Amino acid sequence: MGHAHESNTKKIWIVLIILTVITGVEVWLGILKPDSLYLSNFLGTSWLNWIFIILTLLKAYFIAWSFMHLEGEKTWFRRAIVWTPVFLICFLVTLLLIEGGYIYDTLGPLVKW
Amino acid sequence: MKSNSAVSSNKKETWSGGGIKPFGASYGKMMMWFFIVSDALTFSGFLAAYGLTRFKFIDSWPIADEVFTHVPFVHGEYPMIYVAIMTFILIVSSVTMVLAVDAGHKMQKNKVAWYMFATIVFGIIFVGSQAWEWNTFIKGSYGAVKTTEGKILQFVNQDGKQIALADFVTTERLDGREQHTKKNGLWFVEEPTIATYSIAQIIASYNAHPEVQIRTELITGQKKKTILSREEGSVQLAKTKLVVEGANLEVNEYGNTIFADFFFFITGFHGFHVITGILINIIIFFNVILGTYEKRGHYEMVEKVGLYWHFVDLVWVFVFTFFYLV
Repeated sequence: MGHAHESNTKKIWIVLIILTVITGVEVWLGILKPDSLYLSNFLGTSWLNWIFIILTLLKAYFIAWSFMHLEGEKTWFRRAIVWTPVFLICFLVTLLLIEGGYIYDTLGPLVKW
Repeated sequence: MKSNSAVSSNKKETWSGGGIKPFGASYGKMMMWFFIVSDALTFSGFLAAYGLTRFKFIDSWPIADEVFTHVPFVHGEYPMIYVAIMTFILIVSSVTMVLAVDAGHKMQKNKVAWYMFATIVFGIIFVGSQAWEWNTFIKGSYGAVKTTEGKILQFVNQDGKQIALADFVTTERLDGREQHTKKNGLWFVEEPTIATYSIAQIIASYNAHPEVQIRTELITGQKKKTILSREEGSVQLAKTKLVVEGANLEVNEYGNTIFADFFFFITGFHGFHVITGILINIIIFFNVILGTYEKRGHYEMVEKVGLYWHFVDLVWVFVFTFFYLV
């Protein structure tokens, strides 16, 4: 507990509002599914999905930075915690998704509908 | 100096006793963070495997908002509404947890206790909701049939809206089957639950109702499931080998079985984390009431379980996106 602890009740409520609004936008888009976003394609998935992923990362940022108080930790401690999984997850997800696409390209034509 | 010696060279104490705090973080807090990092990697492994499987079956994966459409005590279909409420409940429980940590910094014992209590209550509501969600998913809503090729066939009306087996299957069973029970048959023989309707009965009803059409798992360019013509439908329906009602680890009326497997496994693993989180919160809650941390002089323990609790929320944010939205 080496860092300053000024009371930040107000900030907590602001973050709650931000997280609620982001979730609301996600659900609203998910129900509406505008064709222009839903039927588009960019880097292997629709723009709508990219919006969902970006909003999710934004929520994750607020939870980790504000609620888990990463912003108050020492710089290199924070980097050890954030960079390690971010690097490993990007690596794993990229490989597995490419692999999944490859399996579909190879086996998909063999499936009769 | 021996090469494998663990004695620190600067004569300072090691971590034992918590005297030294590298990065200004105590031993417990740092280890909680490292546990969270490793657990985050575990969850990413599961979600990445889900992603791989989904890309593998990209042209036939179930469409989430046709699967999760129910809200407790309300009739009709409201895709996503209920999970949105669950997500909100978990976020609120995260907020009460931060408020507890905040009150802990100010040494306000009663406030910490009340906020911890609220966190536990919201956590229990979330797990209860998850249980309801599972129950709805296991029971299923429409019923479908599975063909010898392992494909799921669902039934739709003229508007392309899915209908339940009960909506059009009206005839007798035709195969004369009845669920075997020990009390009115061989007492030493058991059988698994048989489906409400027989295959012959469904085929006869399909033929008798020209308005009913069959929908396959295949996704069209418009990201809708393919609806077969009546003739194609009866060809496919003739291949039926199983009537499916609901979902389990072996068969799933919504489509690919592995979709249900991943759903049970990942939300189950997350639910297990929530349950352990609630238990840990309860232990810490009683410690707060007993004044343990008041005597210790700081509420860092609340901060540490808080980290775990926020992590559970963090994981849910991703599960929510990849199971319900994307």
